[in-house]
Amino acid sequence: MVETKLMKGNEALAEAAIRSGLQAYFGYPITPQSEVIEYLAREEPKYNYVLLQAESEVAAVNMLYGSGGAGGRVMTTTSSPGFSLMQEGISYIACAEIPCVFANIVRGGPGLGTIQPSQSDYNQATKGGGHGDYNIIVLVPNSVQEMVDHCRLAFELADKYRTPAMLLSDGAIGQMMEKVNLPEPIEYKPNKPWATTGKTPDRERNILTSLYIKSETMEEKNKILQEKYKQIIANEIRFDEYKTDDAEIIITSFGLTSRIAKKTVDIGREEGMKLGLFRPITVWPFPTKALAEIASRPQVKFFISVEMNAGQMVEDVKLAVCGQKSVHFYGRMGGIVPTPDEILDVIKEKEAGRD
Amino acid sequence: MKEGYELIYKRPESLLQTRMHYCPGCFHSTTHKILMEVVDELGIKEKTVGVCPVGCSVFAYDYLDVDMQEAAHGRAAAVATGIKRILPDRVVFSYQGDGDLAAIGTAETLHACNRGENFTFIFINNGIYGMTGGQMAPTTLEGQKTSTSPYGRDPEKVGLPLKMCEIVSQFKRVAFVQRVSFNTPANARKAKKAIKTAFEIQMKKLGTTFIEVASNCPSQWKCTPEESLDWLTNHVFPYYPLGVFKEPPKTKE
Repeated sequence: MVETKLMKGNEALAEAAIRSGLQAYFGYPITPQSEVIEYLAREEPKYNYVLLQAESEVAAVNMLYGSGGAGGRVMTTTSSPGFSLMQEGISYIACAEIPCVFANIVRGGPGLGTIQPSQSDYNQATKGGGHGDYNIIVLVPNSVQEMVDHCRLAFELADKYRTPAMLLSDGAIGQMMEKVNLPEPIEYKPNKPWATTGKTPDRERNILTSLYIKSETMEEKNKILQEKYKQIIANEIRFDEYKTDDAEIIITSFGLTSRIAKKTVDIGREEGMKLGLFRPITVWPFPTKALAEIASRPQVKFFISVEMNAGQMVEDVKLAVCGQKSVHFYGRMGGIVPTPDEILDVIKEKEAGRD
Repeated sequence: MKEGYELIYKRPESLLQTRMHYCPGCFHSTTHKILMEVVDELGIKEKTVGVCPVGCSVFAYDYLDVDMQEAAHGRAAAVATGIKRILPDRVVFSYQGDGDLAAIGTAETLHACNRGENFTFIFINNGIYGMTGGQMAPTTLEGQKTSTSPYGRDPEKVGLPLKMCEIVSQFKRVAFVQRVSFNTPANARKAKKAIKTAFEIQMKKLGTTFIEVASNCPSQWKCTPEESLDWLTNHVFPYYPLGVFKEPPKTKE
């Protein structure tokens, strides 16, 4: 039975992880996401998951490697500086093909930055983040409900493709409270014959490694990974559209800003402007084809990407639109959240400047 | 078996029949063999999971017929923690060199020991970076020449070599600490007994177990295997004495 509650985004994420069969969580406190580990610590006596506060994000990600490699359903959560520290480990996890779930509750950067919400880790999340040729699945929730839904989905996709999957959220969604429908808990029964659980006589030993010292085998490994990424691109792209059918101006936006942009669409339409919103739900894989199709529509005049950064997703939008129409950008930085009217004013400026 | 003969020695079953990449005279191969002898004698092959490091023993999983994970440089203790926490009834070991355990991974090492993580460290201390070509290690002796301390290690500049057994034996939740070597058959026997004891203590869930091998590196010490044994006796053991640093209180049988 679905249970409805009023919950904070971070706590809803923690509860969703438990209900998705979480077996181990390793993490290091960092604002604005420490409620995740606090919630799991409070709930721990009721369940039998492993919970460990690591000495650093570096240790946490490697504990995740070990635990996920031993067959567990495992998760860590962090915020921007902590996610930077985890990148080396994620590169190893991607190559060793260990299912792990991450959540980055993004705060403004660079550096120690601010604890206010931001979307400035888009590039880090979608372009690999660590060294080497790899991608991880990146889901972007824009509500507390989606923190829950995407958590379950991330675990499933991580297992399905033996790959890291993450939630790219932000400090506002992590901290805000909303109504949320919590799904029925599942009993997780892992089927991971590759896991290092001890070599039984019926099988060869299981080795989890990212070391392929010979160039030929390293290239072969890369080809296997790239083939997997093609499968993910073919099957797992998710996006949402709002009033795009007859739209002349398309706002592209993800996560928190997509909710604000939705309001902009409504206000603009009241004034007679034909606005529409395109929201990628997966930002890797990116919904390139869907955007390209929209760009090809004759009535579409231009795109504007609205983000809480200096212009990161706009590059992927431009690649998708591929010169068919012009692509503008509007962003706020440092933890400042734009208002619907502010976005509308910018769109009006672009519209006026176009002719 | 030929009639009239008795089998008194053989290759451990859990040591794979592969040519090793280790240099002649290096203790890595001996340590691998002894480790697998212990696994065989305790009958724990099916429940053993190892973690290998970055360093000369990065390929250890090519030789040991047990499940293994290859860790990022310095992170073996965190990886072993992850494995042992989710599979508490397995026997877990990390196999790490001095750069891995005592330089880049010091934080993970100390915190795992402080938590009393119930796995066994096999720490190979040869006082030099073998794989990368003979650079200074955190355990390079004072005055010892390496490619990054060509005039000898200068403590004024880089401090003194770290004594890991002495450090980790301070932690209350560390159960067993011993420094061993393979320079003589007698010491090899003691080393084997130490590894066996460590695994037995781990199986009793008494806390962290830590075996340091005062090891050698003829290739990067620029000497013959025989000379490396002399260096151990004359220079290494005076600074890094062999012996038990910590053990669980004896219980009456």
